[in-house]
Amino acid sequence: MSATHFQLDAQGRLQHFLTIEGLTCRHLTEILDIAESLHGVAERRVKKLPTLHGKTVVNLFFEASTRTRTTFELAAKRLSADVLTLNIATSSAVKGESLLDTLRNIEAMQCDMFVVRHSQSGAAEFIARHVKPHIAVLNAGDGRHAHPTQAMLDVFTIRRHKPDFPSLRVAIVGDILHSRVARSLIHALSILGTGDIRVIAPRTLLPAQVENLGVRVFHHLPEGLRDVDVVVMLRLQRERMEGALLPSEQEFFQQYGLTEERLALAHPDAIVMHPGPINRGVEIDSRVADGPRSVILEQVTNGIAVRMAIMSITLGHHARPVGEEV
Amino acid sequence: MRDAEFLIEAMAGQLRDLLTRRRIAEPALIGIHTGGVWVAERLHQRLGVTTPLGRLDISFYRDDFSRIGVNPQVRPSELPFDVDGRHLILIDDVLYTGRTVRAALNELFDYGRPASVLLAALVDRGGRELPIEAHVVGARLELPEGSHVQLTGPDPLQLLIQTAP
Repeated sequence: MSATHFQLDAQGRLQHFLTIEGLTCRHLTEILDIAESLHGVAERRVKKLPTLHGKTVVNLFFEASTRTRTTFELAAKRLSADVLTLNIATSSAVKGESLLDTLRNIEAMQCDMFVVRHSQSGAAEFIARHVKPHIAVLNAGDGRHAHPTQAMLDVFTIRRHKPDFPSLRVAIVGDILHSRVARSLIHALSILGTGDIRVIAPRTLLPAQVENLGVRVFHHLPEGLRDVDVVVMLRLQRERMEGALLPSEQEFFQQYGLTEERLALAHPDAIVMHPGPINRGVEIDSRVADGPRSVILEQVTNGIAVRMAIMSITLGHHARPVGEEV
Repeated sequence: MRDAEFLIEAMAGQLRDLLTRRRIAEPALIGIHTGGVWVAERLHQRLGVTTPLGRLDISFYRDDFSRIGVNPQVRPSELPFDVDGRHLILIDDVLYTGRTVRAALNELFDYGRPASVLLAALVDRGGRELPIEAHVVGARLELPEGSHVQLTGPDPLQLLIQTAP
């Protein structure tokens, strides 16, 4: 059974959140609608809901992260859960036995949810398959495989500005090859029926058979940006650039960096997104990143409501009905 | 099937009297999703209240999350006024166990500290499990356990009553 099916219970409801792949439009729309209801909580005097009162959420971060970790922490706290964050230094491989030992120990502390980030693809699914059945597992990024909560906060941000996915043109620009964000986002956009999904990158930064994901491929930035409604810039993963896939950062910026001049080719209302952290002057010019079309900081804010939604949905499906009328 | 409009007219009359007795000139009305909002919209109009209508969805405040999870049909709560120091009228369609009102009060206080909260319900069907009573009620129904009362709407507003055999 793949991660796709494993994350659903017998009724087809999300019990874990491991990947976007294989989910339905109904799953994604439910997350987006619930996130919309949670969005206003941050503007209230008490920025907290009692929903997960008495639950314990453990963030298991085997790979460094600031934004994702802190927004997961805040999301859990705003739902009144208790949160524990463990930054676990590890070698690149999932060390079968020792990872399981770690899990068993944390399980023994009576927790209800694991939020997992790991440099190895499949790590969150591995953990989900080995935890006790009452524990929900959320994937906060695994290797090059998936970053499904980031994809959901991206489509949430898009929907708040441009709600009609079938009429949208979305361009994803940069290092597609190493990007779990791009992979998850392409799946989410296509499930929501996005009319035109484009990827713009040099050949060396595209995965093989990327066209099979239902995207149009461009190698020339100005051509790909023409008339798009949404531009998603990806971070150039410098730490993963050992294989000399690119001549230099300067040259990358020359060809694929988003400047105001190039943004002018997009639709006049186009929004600019970036999952962060941004490399100013490598994939995006500061004037664009800080400019009026940028929704980069909105993405961060939206990440909290979207993660609250996913936490409450998955934990809610671990509820045990007792056959009473509701 | 019963038309609910005449019950709302009765509620409006009782509320006018109550507000006069309490010397509340400018209350704020808050409907509880979904049926309570329909009733509140009509009361808002009949009472000529100028403060915009508030809408509360108590899904995240329910006491049965650990049994049934999150309501996928949840909508945003909107209170387009400052709750602090304000006289509020909380409005629901059917008052039954009192658990919805408990949840609504908890949510209200996360917005601020109101001066007072009145409770108005279209139908009080008894069966309370918490110490909560309404100030204003459109109709009181004595129903056997297992009966079902539902308000359908928004236009026309009708009460659907299924009595248990």
